[in-house]
Amino acid sequence: MKDEARLLPNGRILRYTFVERLMHWLSALSYVYLLLTGLAFWSPWLFWIAVVLGGATISRELHPWAGLLFVAATFWMYRTWADQMRETEVDKEWWRALPHYIRNEDELVPKIGKYNAGQKSLFWGFFWCGIALLVSGVILWFPQQVPWSLRFLRYLAVIVHPVAALLTIALFMIHLYMGLAIEGGALHSMVRGDVSKAWARAFHRLWYEKVLNESTSRK
Amino acid sequence: MSQATTEIRRISGHAGSVPGEGFSRDYDVCKLIDTTTCIGCKACEVACLEWNGYSFTETTFDNSYQTMPETQWNYWNLIKFNEHEREDGSMQLLMRKDQCMHCEEPGCLAACPADGAIVQYANGIVDFQQDQCIGCGYCITGCPFNIPKFSPTARKVFKCTLCNDRVTQGLEPACIKSCPTGCLHFGSKTDMKELAENRAAQLREHSGFANAGVYDPAGVGGTHVIYVLHDATNPEAYGGLPKNPTIPLTVRLWKMPLKWLGNFAIVGGLVGLAVHYLRYGTKTEEVEEPPEQAEQGAKR
Repeated sequence: MKDEARLLPNGRILRYTFVERLMHWLSALSYVYLLLTGLAFWSPWLFWIAVVLGGATISRELHPWAGLLFVAATFWMYRTWADQMRETEVDKEWWRALPHYIRNEDELVPKIGKYNAGQKSLFWGFFWCGIALLVSGVILWFPQQVPWSLRFLRYLAVIVHPVAALLTIALFMIHLYMGLAIEGGALHSMVRGDVSKAWARAFHRLWYEKVLNESTSRK
Repeated sequence: MSQATTEIRRISGHAGSVPGEGFSRDYDVCKLIDTTTCIGCKACEVACLEWNGYSFTETTFDNSYQTMPETQWNYWNLIKFNEHEREDGSMQLLMRKDQCMHCEEPGCLAACPADGAIVQYANGIVDFQQDQCIGCGYCITGCPFNIPKFSPTARKVFKCTLCNDRVTQGLEPACIKSCPTGCLHFGSKTDMKELAENRAAQLREHSGFANAGVYDPAGVGGTHVIYVLHDATNPEAYGGLPKNPTIPLTVRLWKMPLKWLGNFAIVGGLVGLAVHYLRYGTKTEEVEEPPEQAEQGAKR
């Protein structure tokens, strides 16, 4: 879908529409529940999390349903954001400038559009891991329904599910760190939808210019 | 075991040998199933249901004597009937009592994430504690013998307990008690292994079963249920008894290397992010250079 970003009357820029924010938080909420209950089943040292969340039996019952919610949100995001997440020429340059980005030398990072290559990777990582988690998760939901002759499906599922989950944990940790600690304004943009001009100019210059141009031409 | 204290050493006013004296009561218990003397009467199936309090379930007719295709959550003991064609074209009816094998290294226990839901006792019995079971079914995947079964009503998993409740009271399992031919034996692993090896040797030397042997698979560390087979080189013929059962490779990968790799990566990642924050801190919107300088900066 097309980017619906625009300049707001108060001089700030709308980065995420209400629908985009809604699906983000739907996926975030379900992911956090999946993460916590998943970690409880991952290690005996973390089993207490399931106890805190109402008991491991409840956690096992609800984990697959939360998974369906997460996958639904992920597919919704795919419909909404996939076009904006396609790889562009500047992405390769951005990856080369990654050390500068990490060291917060943002003036040495190429100008980028609405999303940098890292954010795009996060999106595609979650999308593909989401599919792997869905397919393996359905098998783990009903292991008793898998006939003995097809038991290799169960054997695959028990390894695919944690591997894909670990990959999303890596993405999630970076995403949370960037959004909460590193880029001031990012959290606000996902809660209320808007960013300041300075923020847009500093981190997404091409997108900032595009939004300004469109807003002036519209007037 | 509790009954170890009630083992008889001496009894008063008794002529002759003392019952039970000299009988080994090692902690390792073992059930021996001699498939060569099984007549397929299914008394063990009935005894299992009766002792464990399950009613008879519907049977499935598949043109054989077999009660149903595989064990169920409330049917833990099933004789598998197999019409095996010998090399000379004649038919041999193989009958094997199928139930939990009580592995020394149980795949169900390795795969289970619930605290205390699967217990292996010092005597070798592997028992499910349904009050701790969360119904995830990982044990179903961990088992190389297709034994744990999910109950849709209880939403928990059940299997043969080797009559743990009887064994702790010094009784043999219900199936053993019911067997009319004496093809089922119960005792210490050492005794049962010896009995089984002797029987296998007898079959080889006197009954023309050149490949007769004992099934006590090393891949799961040995089992506390062992078989005497007419042909130990072909256990698959006995209703799919696996030749070399092991805990599935992916279960082992998941529970050992992946778990430690994952834990290490998560903790390492958290430390890495903390270090990054201390070293570089937050990004700022303000300090950006004017465009010309930024371009020069990029060239430098």
